[in-house]
Amino acid sequence: MADDTSTLELPLGDWHRAKGARMVAFAGYAMPIQYEGIMAEHLWTRENAGLFDVSHMGQILLSGEGLDAAVEALLPIDLSTLKLGMQRYSLLLNSEGGILDDLMVSRWPDQLYLVVNGATKWDDIAHLRANLPDQITLHHLEDRALLALQGPKAFAALERHVTGEWPLTALTFMRFGHFELAGAPASISRSGYTGEDGFEISIPATEAARIADILCAEPEVKPIGLGARDSLRLEAGLPLYGHDMNATIDPVEAGLVFGINKRRRESGGFAGADHILKTLADGPARKLVGFTVEGKMPVREGAEIFSGDTQVGSITSGGFAPSVGAPIAMGYVAATHLTSSLEAEVRGKRVPLTITPMPFVPHRYHRGAAK
Amino acid sequence: MTRYFTQDHEWIDVDGDTATVGITHYAQEQLGDIVFAEVPSVGTQIKKGGDAAVVESVKAASDVYAPVSGTVIEGNGALEGDPALVNTDPEGDGWFFKLTLSDPSELDSLMDETAYKAFVNGL
Repeated sequence: MADDTSTLELPLGDWHRAKGARMVAFAGYAMPIQYEGIMAEHLWTRENAGLFDVSHMGQILLSGEGLDAAVEALLPIDLSTLKLGMQRYSLLLNSEGGILDDLMVSRWPDQLYLVVNGATKWDDIAHLRANLPDQITLHHLEDRALLALQGPKAFAALERHVTGEWPLTALTFMRFGHFELAGAPASISRSGYTGEDGFEISIPATEAARIADILCAEPEVKPIGLGARDSLRLEAGLPLYGHDMNATIDPVEAGLVFGINKRRRESGGFAGADHILKTLADGPARKLVGFTVEGKMPVREGAEIFSGDTQVGSITSGGFAPSVGAPIAMGYVAATHLTSSLEAEVRGKRVPLTITPMPFVPHRYHRGAAK
Repeated sequence: MTRYFTQDHEWIDVDGDTATVGITHYAQEQLGDIVFAEVPSVGTQIKKGGDAAVVESVKAASDVYAPVSGTVIEGNGALEGDPALVNTDPEGDGWFFKLTLSDPSELDSLMDETAYKAFVNGL
């Protein structure tokens, strides 16, 4: 298959091609959009387990004297409550409160481990280097691959190959630990981007193909492409950076207030705090909401939202939802029109929208006590 | 009945001055799972190369272009309830619309099956 030569290769590029993937350029890399088909891959993940290669994402280790205070100056996270073995969602903000990226932060011994979006990682690294004090060391883990194993059977498939200080059952949602996965050192968190139970697995790039083969040899597991990753996250009501949020949107508008931890909401002191705390108090001018769509025609990113003749918002993500069996969407609507009857305009036609609580498909995270 | 093909991966079956239009097996394979199809209404005047119908996969919306000019005499109503017909039988039950040709000489610029196969093999 002919690939765009300007795209970079990830550790599993040839592995995907050998599995029959259709490759596309994404975040500057050649990545698999689909194998057997988005619909089948999506439904397989909801019923079984899907293996996603997310090695394009940035894995970053921060360390140094005064680490927590330095990171808290940038992120609205409360690191005093982030104990060893815990992972938390956070936001990289600019001084106006706009979202530069969304990310995961985990506490490692004497270090913080960050996972950031692939398309934004170089800007994130530059921003962190420019804004963190000199005594903080930033280490971009370019020699590691990142796999996500997602779905109700992910635990069963992964557990067969994992050993560690603790059994894999000790990991509940948003916890992580260091394990051995088929003999390779693996940092595993119980998290993901599908709404299902699942794991994100950081391994040496040199081991990626061997581990991907071992996991895909399990009867529950198939490789899943970016197409299904997008439809799964949309059904789970999870916003996508660069689409549902960007540097001109603040976390209050984006419905990501949970990413601003309680102590920080009270005391501020993070990038963009003045603007964000004011928006929190006054209420946002627009809000990200989910929509069900009348009929069968998908409503996609960029479609304008109207209340009568007035444009009151726009769609930021939308498409056919395989597990719902209908089109769904998310987008921004002016706070003044959240109870109005709304329509999206698609190819000159008006399509009625109904604001719907998200997720569209219930989350099935493993929050409970260890089994 | 003669079947012609376009470089945009439409097929057209011509029978006298009427014709049936759809997308090829290659096109449906590239698009993936079809979840919605919009066919033109009866009486629509379409122009060779212009937008005639829309086909949407999980991922994206794509235009179906008119292989020739003419007037639509029927849209495939079955696609509304079962858009996946475009995947399962693209060159049969998954047709999009029928039209009367306004300029049959436009067919001269289209490919026959042999030429289309060679064209696809070269992609």
